[in-house]
Amino acid sequence: MTNLITPTRRTLLKGMGAGLLASAALPGHVWGQAAPIKLGFQLHRTGIGAAYGRWYERTAQAALKVVNDAGGINGRPVEIVFEDDATDPKRGAEVVEKLASQAGCDLIFGPLFSHVVIGSAPRAGELKIPYLVCSEGYHVASGMLNRWTMQPGITDVRAQVSSMAPWVTQNLGKKVTMVYPDYAFGYDHRDFFTEAVKAQGGEVIAQIAIPPTETTFTRYLPQIPTETEVLYHVMVGPAVLTFVKELGDFYGSGARPQIFGFIDSLEAVDTASPGLEFLEGTHFWEAHNRVKQADASEAETFYRAAVGVDDNGASVSDAADVATYSHMFSVWETLSVIKKGMEAAGYQGPADRQKFVEAVEAMTTFDAGQDHPQGAKVFNGKTHQVFGHQFISKVEGGKLMRVHQTAIEDGQYADAVDYSTQSF
Amino acid sequence: MESAVTAATLALTAVGLSLVFGVMRVVNVAHGEFFMLGAVSAWFITTWVGGPAWASFLVALAVAPLFVAALAALADRIVLKRLDYEPEATIVATIGLMYIFQQAALSFYGPQAMPVEPPFNFRIQLPWFGYSAYKLSVILFATLVLIGVWLFLTRTKAGLVMRATQVDRETAQAFGIDVDRVYAGVFALGAGLAAIAAVLIVPIQQAHYLMGHDPLLLAFITVIVGGLGSLRGTIIAAVFIGLSDGLIAFFWSPTLAKILATLLVAMVLVFRPQGLFGAKQA
Amino acid sequence: MRIWTLHLFTLAVLAVLLATLPPYHATNLARILVLAVFAIGYNLAFGYTGLLSLGHALFFAAGVYGAALPITYLGLPQLPALVAGLLAGGLVAGVTGLLALRTAGVSFMIVTLMFAQAGYLTLLYFGPVTGGDEGLVLPDAAALLPGLSADVARATIAYALFSAALLSSLALVQSRLGRTLVAIRENEDRSRMLGYNTFAVKLTALVLSGLFSGAAGAAYALLFGYAGASFATIQYSILPMLWVLMGGAGTVLGPLVGTAAMFYLVDIAGSYTTATLLFVGVALVLLILFAPKGILGTIRERWLTWLP
Repeated sequence: MTNLITPTRRTLLKGMGAGLLASAALPGHVWGQAAPIKLGFQLHRTGIGAAYGRWYERTAQAALKVVNDAGGINGRPVEIVFEDDATDPKRGAEVVEKLASQAGCDLIFGPLFSHVVIGSAPRAGELKIPYLVCSEGYHVASGMLNRWTMQPGITDVRAQVSSMAPWVTQNLGKKVTMVYPDYAFGYDHRDFFTEAVKAQGGEVIAQIAIPPTETTFTRYLPQIPTETEVLYHVMVGPAVLTFVKELGDFYGSGARPQIFGFIDSLEAVDTASPGLEFLEGTHFWEAHNRVKQADASEAETFYRAAVGVDDNGASVSDAADVATYSHMFSVWETLSVIKKGMEAAGYQGPADRQKFVEAVEAMTTFDAGQDHPQGAKVFNGKTHQVFGHQFISKVEGGKLMRVHQTAIEDGQYADAVDYSTQSF
Repeated sequence: MESAVTAATLALTAVGLSLVFGVMRVVNVAHGEFFMLGAVSAWFITTWVGGPAWASFLVALAVAPLFVAALAALADRIVLKRLDYEPEATIVATIGLMYIFQQAALSFYGPQAMPVEPPFNFRIQLPWFGYSAYKLSVILFATLVLIGVWLFLTRTKAGLVMRATQVDRETAQAFGIDVDRVYAGVFALGAGLAAIAAVLIVPIQQAHYLMGHDPLLLAFITVIVGGLGSLRGTIIAAVFIGLSDGLIAFFWSPTLAKILATLLVAMVLVFRPQGLFGAKQA
Repeated sequence: MRIWTLHLFTLAVLAVLLATLPPYHATNLARILVLAVFAIGYNLAFGYTGLLSLGHALFFAAGVYGAALPITYLGLPQLPALVAGLLAGGLVAGVTGLLALRTAGVSFMIVTLMFAQAGYLTLLYFGPVTGGDEGLVLPDAAALLPGLSADVARATIAYALFSAALLSSLALVQSRLGRTLVAIRENEDRSRMLGYNTFAVKLTALVLSGLFSGAAGAAYALLFGYAGASFATIQYSILPMLWVLMGGAGTVLGPLVGTAAMFYLVDIAGSYTTATLLFVGVALVLLILFAPKGILGTIRERWLTWLP
């Protein structure tokens, strides 16, 4: 009986933010009488997305500080109003309402879970407030949402999945068995990966769907065909650890296929946890390398320090508190896009919301750097979706070490929608 | 085999719920949270104690259920007793407790799932797949605990008092039984059993603040299918339910199997409302 | 007479509130009114007839999808879709009742729970059609009543639906059928001996309850533009129970009071604390300790004994 009630929390950063502004802002920087720009953040503080929500909040706070230290947006200070949506679509729509109508936010960003995004986006469209999601779902680019909803901070799952296929088929094997959750997120993986593998001359020989209420997986594992060369797995939710451990029990020390997984399975989980020794030598998709790589850029180092993540991808204050590193950068980068978009639109207040959306739609590329620590990106103003590099890492000594970086083009696909022709 | 582990922990959780339900007539919605608290406190205890995995695990197995039982007794004294165990009021109250416990876990433990190291990692390796010896020991230990509970209820005075209270509260009171103490004891025992199940399962799964949800639903179903107040029925129902969707999953797609298994169990109740082993006038 | 005056007065106050509240609270009130219809439906089964169900999410979701699917796939206009949702709720409640009402008490609770769980999984199983966990986006609420803005259309529909639900439930509980329901709740065996076909009466109550729930589900989906499987989760079976118990089971206005109180309890909690679950949990425990009959139930017991 999880999240029966959808609790909310509003952290008006007035008190805390004001102190932060006063003490941490560049000395000598005078805000004058400028009213702050208010950004609403739809936060998964409770419910099934809470592990992500905690890091999304930390990333947003860190990015906010950087923006304010650099002079805010259009010469105005920025504050973020956090509101918990309990990772629930009904409460999500209510939170959009609250942030837009009651807190008077200029725009809303931050939600991750697809059902929350899809449940909330209609309300955002109706209220005519920009809604920038950090979700990696294919729902934006598929055309099911509206002109006010955009995803400029993270590559969608369709592109992520498709860009993996060449490397997987060339390096790990051509006969693939997929294990995925039996609902929409899993279907995106099933459909797009199967298609991409085929295009590479490989074949998906078995698709094993796991029902959403399952907490133990051992009974599904015998369905993996013995001729499988690559086992592709993606799971979300707290049961993922069980899944990986049971996979380990299943194969034991005997022969096993190559294993390729999506890091979603292990976000916020230490890869060196007891029972996960089995992952040694297996590969993972990562959108952002959790473990600091030898060639990490200056921007990467800066971002890591600002958010408070150590070189292993855990909180600097608690090594057991592992980040959701492959997703949370989207919050930081979305704030960069917000700043850029508001500056390009000469944003003054809610009357300029439409100009802001048009300004973002006009964007085409983002350069790697402090604003985009995950790397360079290409933004498609028609589908409202961004595309970036993806990484494949191998677990070596319990740590994820990068072995491959995809090109941005590897994930791009034909447009399914042109939001920029829709009316506001 | 997997089903046997599910059945074993389910039986422990469900017997705990069944006791509370049978003796006190309380629908304890917070039962799943006692399960969760068992797992979470096991994580804290093993982390604090340190040392070899088997030693810290044994400490957790001993201490976590006691801690949870004490918490339950406290909740009984502070809240449930004052409601005079009125059925509808206790539902709301235990929903309230559920939120309080969830928030406590979220604030002090956090939103992420964290594992506890199993006391031993021995693996029975067969040519085509391996099997964890720890899971076998879970089944064994759960069985021992269940036998212990059965002996406690049938062979000790305290157990007799509990059963007498279950049959007829007023008469028990008339015979000088301190019903309040019995209730607090039953509530603590029920919560403690859920906590034991959780400590056993946490090296296989992991501790998470929302993990109490599924065990609660399954335990409820088990108790009703087994028949109210029938310990034997509860255990047989746990085995039945543990096996049912595993078997059906063999034939159909897993989600369809879940649907069919759920309806199958519902039909058992529809056509045998008193449960498999309940008396006709349950 | 004073009973009808009270309820009509309540409706008048709601109309004024809808028209004068600031936008945020006005939209919240529209949500509360629709959800209160769900609670009224639950109250008919639980508060008046004594049927403790944990499966009402199924009826609500039947309404959600009964409206959403014809709109999405058959292009049905929205108002007929609302009726389709209402009927779907009643139909599913009828089928559920035919089976589940063979049981009573806690068994009934568990059987309804399991039907709802099977329904939830079925929505996921047919994900390509239902949108599964992600759900479907429905047309703008403005299309409901052409010529009106979305906000006005939403408030109007929510208010009309709530008024119809409140008045019909009031008429119902004061009718012969209503008294029979209470008689069954108090003592089913005696009602049976007095010659009532208690199974038929309970089934009628459950179907009526399903109609209310289905209407609420359909309205919620249409007014807020979203249908998803999450509406079939157990959370949406427990919420109406909580609303009813909070407002006062077996009172006509209790569902409205409980829904509104719970909504704002959650909403306000967020402004003062990050530990919202704790806040809500403690509030529930305190409420049940000091007002065990719910808000209106306690008022009725102490002061207004005539309250229906």
